Amino acid sequence: MLDDKKLGEVQESLNNWEETDVAKAISKFPERKSKFSTSSDVEVKRLYTPVDVKELDYNEDLGYPGEYPFTRGVQPTMYRGRLWTMRQYAGFGNAEESNQRYKYLLEQGQTGLSIAFDLPTQIGYDSDHPLSEGEVGKVGVAIDSLKDMEILFDGIPLEKVSTSMTINAPAGVLLAMYIAVAEKQGTSADKLRGTIQNDILKEYIARGTYIFPPEPSMRLITNIFDYCAKNVPQWNTISISGYHIREAGSTAAQEVAFTLADGIAYVEAAIKTGLDVDDFAPRLSFFFNAHNDLLEEIAKFRAARRLWAKIMKERFGAKKEKSMQLKFHTQTAGSTLTAQQPDNNIIRVTIQTLAAVLGGTQSLHTNSRDEALALPTEDSVRIALRTQQIVGYESGVTETIDPLAGSYYIESLTDQIEEQAVKYIESIDELGGAPKAIAKGYIQKEIQNAAYKYQMEVEANEKIVVGVNKFQIEESGKKDLLKVDPEVEKSQREKLAKLRSERDNQLVDETLKTLKEKANTDENLMYYILDAVKAYATLGEICGVLREVFGEYEQSVIL
Amino acid sequence: MDRPIRVLVAKPGLDGHDRGAKVVARALRDAGMEVIYTGLRQTPEQIVAGAIQEDVDVVAMSILSGAHNHLFPKVVNLLKDEGADDVLVIGGGVIPEDDIPGLIEAGVEAIFTPGTATSKIVEFINNNLKRQ
Repeated sequence: MLDDKKLGEVQESLNNWEETDVAKAISKFPERKSKFSTSSDVEVKRLYTPVDVKELDYNEDLGYPGEYPFTRGVQPTMYRGRLWTMRQYAGFGNAEESNQRYKYLLEQGQTGLSIAFDLPTQIGYDSDHPLSEGEVGKVGVAIDSLKDMEILFDGIPLEKVSTSMTINAPAGVLLAMYIAVAEKQGTSADKLRGTIQNDILKEYIARGTYIFPPEPSMRLITNIFDYCAKNVPQWNTISISGYHIREAGSTAAQEVAFTLADGIAYVEAAIKTGLDVDDFAPRLSFFFNAHNDLLEEIAKFRAARRLWAKIMKERFGAKKEKSMQLKFHTQTAGSTLTAQQPDNNIIRVTIQTLAAVLGGTQSLHTNSRDEALALPTEDSVRIALRTQQIVGYESGVTETIDPLAGSYYIESLTDQIEEQAVKYIESIDELGGAPKAIAKGYIQKEIQNAAYKYQMEVEANEKIVVGVNKFQIEESGKKDLLKVDPEVEKSQREKLAKLRSERDNQLVDETLKTLKEKANTDENLMYYILDAVKAYATLGEICGVLREVFGEYEQSVIL
Repeated sequence: MDRPIRVLVAKPGLDGHDRGAKVVARALRDAGMEVIYTGLRQTPEQIVAGAIQEDVDVVAMSILSGAHNHLFPKVVNLLKDEGADDVLVIGGGVIPEDDIPGLIEAGVEAIFTPGTATSKIVEFINNNLKRQ
């Protein structure tokens, strides 16, 4: 950014400062560590100056918000126009209880819904399946059929809210249920706004709620891209997720790299089925983690935006600006929360909220202080939501766009994270793309190595976690935690039995039979899934039919 | 014992959070133990069959979904049914403190919650093996 002469002067004065002031200070007081580094192992220098950003070309590398390469943000006015969507991930027990929690959150000023499903739902089992025992309603709401979905959104006008659903392997089924509920409310599918996670690759890598093998899974995903482009045009058809990759222990740079590598695989799969990149790419969205290393996280979000824009333009020849914009949801980092002195987690979440906002997120979930212990209580969720509101309305960081741009450190770190990510993506390309790299265990192994290294650093007290390996106190055991009613499983089973005796079982059988036949063809399955859903076929029945045709994924166990 | 301690690290239930299980597996291996990791979504029956087939001294289970009260005791009881009650059973994950006494009562010898150093788990295993 400076001319060579000025840069030379800065370099000279910098050397001078290091040799005199710094050398003198260090001779009296050594620094705390011999080497300072970020979580991605980027060495952090003592001081950043114009020398570190001498290659930076403002218009080319940063540009303007809403313009390529979107480093500074995807919208021209960012939070001056509208704050991010405050979206708390919630759901537990049965549809009735979760419906109450959603109404509470909307009353408290939340601006979008985010549905957590229980594990049986996420893996395509009904509540009365033997593998569902002990899991019903535990980590989210139990949904077995359209009946439950009708209760879940009772009194919530779907034309007004935007809804995010954390559902992957059976995403098409839950989306179909949502469309069917909307129709009953008198809202047509083209008015619906929201997101399904629908990102199977990261399930194989890190999150674990897969059902089918990669090939039919990718087909279901591209079926959804195609269906939504025609029928639900405002719906984000996928949320390509780095969140769980980071939770599994990756570094910030790995989070960017592996997420964008997954993104590349989805775009390639969709193009291969004959879709035009600009028809589906604008509806791709992303989901990242916000950790404690504030400045590295801000740089990470900026690097991800710039890199994705380049990939879409240069690698895939996208023409629409919207196809190049990386829009993302953020969740604060569950893995940084401690069971020890849980109120400290409120402060961690505040730092992570700042990271997400200064990084330009489109929506945010803030974790509750008690999530290392159990599902959050209503009080804890309210504090988490208030944290966002305080950052949004009181902190002032929202008044100008991308306020940390131009910081020598932030720009230098943004470049370095992008560089590291590019190298990883090249390695993955050499292995034949993300699905192959996952099959070989390459991505999992990289993440596990980072996770183990971190754990060993904590145990060696090289990394300090307040309350865990330093500043510990004796704590009493009594904590006010949310407990899921064990009766949920029983009542859910009873509901299912009733449904199976009351619905038109002939129609159910017919729609399931058709779905099975079509699964063996190249046709888009969304239409047939929707028919089965409307006939009140259960999630387990629909996924069961698909299991028969597609088989199940077998995890490659890597240690 | 004249052979290394053998441990089955297992993920019962449906949750996919295996960061902890894998880190523990690796730490136990680095501490000289022989470790077999089951992978995700193991039923209690599968875990017990694996424990017997691999002739392990320890079953270390990890669960983060909240189904621990249902699944941990089931593994202990099935081991008993198979005459393998000399296998040390331990557990970890997001487990509320209120649930721990019940699990210990059911025969899980120790519960390790988030923030536990892996060295503590190694130490516990070394000091509490049931097979000599």
